[in-house]
Amino acid sequence: MKKVLSVNNLSVSFDTYRSEVKAVRDVSFDLHEQETLAIVGESGSGKSVTAQSIMRLVPMPPGKFVGGSIIFNDEDLTEKSEKQMESIRGKDIGMIFQDPMTSLNPTMTIGKQIAEGLIKHQNMSKNDAHVRGVELLKLVGIPNPEKRIKQYPHEFSGGMRQRAMIAIALACNPKVLIADEPTTALDVTIQAQILDLMRELQKETGTAIILITHDLGVVANTAHRVAVMYGGKIVETGSVDEIFYNPKHPYTWGLLGSMPKLDNHGEELKAIPGSPPDLADPPKGCPFAARCPYVMKACGEHMPAYYESSETQKTACWLLDERAPKVEPPEFINVGGSKVHG
Amino acid sequence: MAKYIMKRIAYILLSLYLIITATFFLMQAAPGSPFASERKMTPALEKQMEEAYGLNDPIHEQYIDYLVNAITFDFGPSFKYVGQDVMDIILRSFPYSIVLGLEAIFIALGLGVLFGVFAALKHNRFGDYTAMVIAVLGISVPSFIMATILQYIFAIQLDLFSVARMESFWDTILPALALATTPLAFIARLMRSSMLDVLSSDYIKTAKSKGMSQRIVTYKHGLRNAMLPVISYMGPLVAGILTGSFVIEKIFGIPGLGSEFVTSITNRDYTVIMGTTVFYSVLLLISILIVDLIYGIVDPRIKINAKGGGK
Ligand SMILES: Nc1ncnc2c1ncn2[C@@H]1O[C@H](COP(=O)(O)OP(=O)(O)O)[C@@H](O)[C@H]1O
Ligand SMILES: [Mg+2]
Repeated sequence: MKKVLSVNNLSVSFDTYRSEVKAVRDVSFDLHEQETLAIVGESGSGKSVTAQSIMRLVPMPPGKFVGGSIIFNDEDLTEKSEKQMESIRGKDIGMIFQDPMTSLNPTMTIGKQIAEGLIKHQNMSKNDAHVRGVELLKLVGIPNPEKRIKQYPHEFSGGMRQRAMIAIALACNPKVLIADEPTTALDVTIQAQILDLMRELQKETGTAIILITHDLGVVANTAHRVAVMYGGKIVETGSVDEIFYNPKHPYTWGLLGSMPKLDNHGEELKAIPGSPPDLADPPKGCPFAARCPYVMKACGEHMPAYYESSETQKTACWLLDERAPKVEPPEFINVGGSKVHG
Repeated sequence: MAKYIMKRIAYILLSLYLIITATFFLMQAAPGSPFASERKMTPALEKQMEEAYGLNDPIHEQYIDYLVNAITFDFGPSFKYVGQDVMDIILRSFPYSIVLGLEAIFIALGLGVLFGVFAALKHNRFGDYTAMVIAVLGISVPSFIMATILQYIFAIQLDLFSVARMESFWDTILPALALATTPLAFIARLMRSSMLDVLSSDYIKTAKSKGMSQRIVTYKHGLRNAMLPVISYMGPLVAGILTGSFVIEKIFGIPGLGSEFVTSITNRDYTVIMGTTVFYSVLLLISILIVDLIYGIVDPRIKINAKGGGK
């Protein structure tokens, strides 16, 4: 399928009082039409900075692009002016944030917040924007949209607010939707509803989605491909099946081991011991080396290259080098097991 | 809404009752008498005077008389200025004070918000530091010092204004400025921190992610929310301007209610003291009600209904 977005060797840093925080280091990935790409990793791994870089919402300063490019519609977004970005944000790329309680303007009606984008990007009249707003609220499953559109965010529940947020983000039919932990702040049952909604809307509109989460459980039923991020780097990418049933990176193993499962008969969840690297002074080699049970001498010294084990799966780990000892993944990983998508 | 206002008015009446009672008994407890001044009266004459003004009645009778009269805004005659009713004095002096007060509130709000927003937008740059240094100075310099400085620079050195005269609008500018300085500086700081807070909030990111321009993000989404703490400060602001006017009116020789109030205290002019106190209380309580109503309009999360009693 056609590429809609391509991030190439992106590096983003923050100049802080203490030092330069290298939040995103040499990150590359592609996003295709109609596809959902999940970016998974512990908090602090650089997921949000990556997402906000695409939207150019990283405050600069203190943030800065150190290198790389973000290609969208054959143009590099890192080189766009603020004015040019204004006509891309909301129109071609929409975004949903983590906390629906704080991401809507408390003193503006939902209707106005939806209409703003429509009026700006599609030159709609206030009336047309209102009509379209009601349609959008209906589309995202908000009952009683004619009444709801006149209400303020505090009159909505958390789940309903996130639905409204989705309506805002999708108002102008963007080609790309970036959802940064869209369900993290919600109850489990509501989480499932929001993910279902996003999947359905994708079927209808064909929007490509970047779904950011720290929860692999969210990924399984929603994404097509997964990029696993750690310490500002993508350490492994692959299709959902590859990541769940044939993961190659010890960090991915750790993530899978720490994920609760339904058929987990009293087994303990295995949290990964240790803590993520300090991005102000990132390690020279593999960022996971300090926590990796299989660490070798090379790991601390050189960042491993990406080893391709299939057309879609790439893993940055020295264990895949021919000189490395053969290591079997832990037994809880059901290698070659049943597929996630039926 | 109507129910809410009724309820608030009931509270205002209750507060007023307590204020009237408290002032009445405090005045009784205070030593001295309105007729104890330099020109000694003969004891017989003094007794006659006290009789005439009902000062020898039992205290509960005086209290009830006073309450009944206060309801009709009849605070009786002045003890000091023969032939003048308290209400006459209030009505004569109040127009000066209201012009001065409104002018000061206008200056404090307008300039305070302007400087605060300016400082927030220039966050951590020269403009921000300059504005905040001036604000700290403004907060720390008492209004009567400010008044003297303004008089010295603009009236004496530059000869642009008169030092103490109250004839045209021009003459109200210096006192209004002196009165506004402290609240202006306070509002500037409040506005700055609130604007910084709002500009780093999630919904500002949402507004940007919709492609809204910097101007719309700052003013349409930011300003309205950032104004909320300033609106809550309006109640204390009105109170501050009221009390500030006592001193400022004296310094600038303005025949306003503030200076009448101060004079009445030095004169122990009981009826004038109590009349002005009640009048000030009514003014303050009504302003606070108005501020709350405005807040309810600006912030939809504040439900104005009879049940919740406001916030
Ligand atoms: N404005 C900022 N200034 C300094 N450091 C920042 C800023 N924003 C993010 N960072 C740093 O970038 C790193 C990645 O953050 P983020 O992308 O938010 O992680 P997450 O994967 O949890 O979304 C963190 O170490 C964070 O401290
Ligand atoms: Mg994040």
